[in-house]
Amino acid sequence: MTINVSRRGFLKASAAGTTALLVGVNAKGVLAAGSTASAATDLNPFVKIDADGTVTVIIKHFEMGQGTTTGLTTLVAEELDADWDAVAIDFAPANTERYKNLFFGAQGTGGSTSIANSFMQYREAGAAARDLLVRAAAQKWGVDTSSISVENGMLTSGANSGHFGEFVAIAATLEAIEKPTVKTPDQFKLIGSEKLHRKDNTGKTNGTAMFAMDVNLPGMIYAVIMRSPKFGGTVVSFDDSGAKDVGGFIAAQVLPNKAGVVAFGKNTWAAFQARDALSVEWDFSAAETRSTDAMMADHKAMLETPQFDVNHEVPLASVAPILADAATTIDAEFDFPFLAHAPLEPENCTIEPTENGVRVHDGCQFPTFTQPMVAAVLELDPSQVEVKTLYAGGSFGRRANATSDYNTEAAMAFAVSGRKVPVKLVWSREDDIKGGYYRPMSAHRAKIGLDADGKIIGWDHRLAVKSIVKGTPMAGMVQNDIDPTSAEGVAESLYNVPNFGIGLSDFQTPVPINWWRSVGHTHTGFVMESLMDMVATQTGQDPIEMRLSMLDGGTANQARMIEAIKLVRDISGWKKGDKRGFASHLSFNTCVAVVADITVEETSVHVNKLFMAVECGVAINPDVIRAQMEGGAGFALSAILRNQITLTDGEVDQYNFPDYELLRNEEMPEIEVAIVPSNNAPTGVGEPGVPPTGPAVANAIFAQTGKRIMDLPMTKAGFDFV
Amino acid sequence: MQYQLKINGESRTVDAEPGTPLLWVLRDELQLTGTKFGCGVAYCGACTVHVDGYPTRSCQTFVEDAVETEITTIEGATDKVAEAVQAAWREKDVVQCGWCQSGQIMSAIGLLTENPSPTDADIKEYMYGNACRCVTYVRINEAIKLASQKLEA
Repeated sequence: MTINVSRRGFLKASAAGTTALLVGVNAKGVLAAGSTASAATDLNPFVKIDADGTVTVIIKHFEMGQGTTTGLTTLVAEELDADWDAVAIDFAPANTERYKNLFFGAQGTGGSTSIANSFMQYREAGAAARDLLVRAAAQKWGVDTSSISVENGMLTSGANSGHFGEFVAIAATLEAIEKPTVKTPDQFKLIGSEKLHRKDNTGKTNGTAMFAMDVNLPGMIYAVIMRSPKFGGTVVSFDDSGAKDVGGFIAAQVLPNKAGVVAFGKNTWAAFQARDALSVEWDFSAAETRSTDAMMADHKAMLETPQFDVNHEVPLASVAPILADAATTIDAEFDFPFLAHAPLEPENCTIEPTENGVRVHDGCQFPTFTQPMVAAVLELDPSQVEVKTLYAGGSFGRRANATSDYNTEAAMAFAVSGRKVPVKLVWSREDDIKGGYYRPMSAHRAKIGLDADGKIIGWDHRLAVKSIVKGTPMAGMVQNDIDPTSAEGVAESLYNVPNFGIGLSDFQTPVPINWWRSVGHTHTGFVMESLMDMVATQTGQDPIEMRLSMLDGGTANQARMIEAIKLVRDISGWKKGDKRGFASHLSFNTCVAVVADITVEETSVHVNKLFMAVECGVAINPDVIRAQMEGGAGFALSAILRNQITLTDGEVDQYNFPDYELLRNEEMPEIEVAIVPSNNAPTGVGEPGVPPTGPAVANAIFAQTGKRIMDLPMTKAGFDFV
Repeated sequence: MQYQLKINGESRTVDAEPGTPLLWVLRDELQLTGTKFGCGVAYCGACTVHVDGYPTRSCQTFVEDAVETEITTIEGATDKVAEAVQAAWREKDVVQCGWCQSGQIMSAIGLLTENPSPTDADIKEYMYGNACRCVTYVRINEAIKLASQKLEA
């Protein structure tokens, strides 16, 4: 077996000459203890405790702001009874076997799973470390383990007392128990605490937090790429005579895959200037040359004859005769545009030559893809590629994609540079806005049949959207031809709807698409909750009462959603005939219900306040949950209000924030978040705040104006936002 | 070309092409990476530094125009107002991804230096140019209020 370079380098972090206790999983995947002093330790730790008592939690997920570093640290510190302020964090190296997401089987962050998949794993690591320290103290003091108490990083037995670090040398010689006992919820001190502050607070307020774009290495050169203006175009030839006039320009080269021309400069600015001065001739024969209007028409055409029945038990064909007997029907179509993630730190990646291969500096969301894909470009063994994960300045899904696009671009740039010096690839904001990997555009069409009493008797739902996972290394997610990320949110709707047929068509385009915070739910949540509002209006029912009546099937998630809906009804003081908007949606196993309070003056809309209730199992860090609801809601608002990526003859019309404008401070509504008390296992919070926010606002606009928003963004309906 | 800049109270000599934005001189030449690149067109505020005490977009400030000014970056923001703002930011757990926050904080320091007791409307107006993709605005505004109270106390 190749020596794991990254692990060795990583463990060197302990002070020379001292022993640190390590607790993590061994090669067999079971909890084990080890020591930095032992070269034979075959262990990748979750917890490291140094001789000075410092506890370091090794974070297997990346931090894009969602609070993972705080959350995983809370789980360990809780079971360890550590002193919260003395707990540090470090990001794990790439090692799929040891640091995999237990829900994916791959090392990666996504689907709002970081806390959910790590909940028992990190707690057990903390509990195992605590048990080792207790046994070590018992040995040192000659007392029974039952006489030892642990609090705030200190062990005490009678007159004996000492901090964690005093016992690590003995503890490192003991065997860890594989299945330690974890606390019961009534014993929690940190889990659920309102007093814990974020672990990344200090570095992110004094400028010292290190993000990938902050990497500066000796001899480093900067790379900026001219990409095809139409997606799927390739380089025929280029002329860099203009670039030669740019001070600091080094050279320009075609990327090995011909997807672009890379300009190298002595600094970022020189590389930007040089890239802009390149003249490139492109081959557009395989490129997308349509405009988005034409592409939307093509989506609509696909709705006529869906390719796949999502719900095999209710084929669309079986719904038609039922709808033919309906007393009334509700017919609706919804259009959604491409959306850019626009993380505020644009995509970037630095590749540095090492003795044995390379080191990748990245806000790395999916090491399981990045490591082998960079290795493949450079013809290295994956073990020769070390991944150094740094803070990511946002992602919202952008940094996780099945091609590791900007990582492999950096690898190609490094390859053509001659591999002698570190290469930092930087994207400009224009590169990001025009660069694809968008939330896919989509079209929905629904026909809902009601009987004479206003009861739903059948539902024909069709959608066309490009599949995110088909044709990628994640195609294993496809079941019965259905990409679950396309129809999620319609397909497993919580509502009891009889004869619910769903037809799906996979749209085809060379435009690269990707998951965007809440993925399929970004459109399906909007459609479902708008349609539920339409049914309520049509049948004269209160939107909340109607939903509650359609969630009475007794499933666990229906019960959770009922709790969330009732809670938001209470905190918002919702009344029958309310002119506010309501929506609720289950995504990533979390239930969120929203009431939107808006003011409309003619066509100007102001969102005054959002009330949100969330059921996400046990609340590990309540304030992080609130922050994610606030952020998810605000993220949804800029999208549904005004964001869109459009193409004219295959070229992106938008270029930067002036025409892809983020939500601004003065546009942010007041937000009140309530969390349903629960002791169930935790579920995700990074994404679920997004889906119900848009339809809650749209339903409020309908309540006040009678105008139903079905073509996104809302500016297309003539509204502006103030 | 060589330029003499005064940054965080220190005199620094840098070699840069005329027309280079101060942002890239700070980040690439001086390793003052607390100042961030977000858009390059003065539309997001992530690159905000103080030039002669005023919040300024460093992506639109040429290096030659920064000569003979006093430049303060997040790394050098250590006065009483800066301390109050940063402490308030931590108390309110404002940050998420953090990329915009140096710029937010530099703008907030500018606001409280000019106006120690801003109203909600003052805050929203002054902070308009600082975009946060994680949408931490509710907490930014709360933290500014808290910092204002700390300074008055």
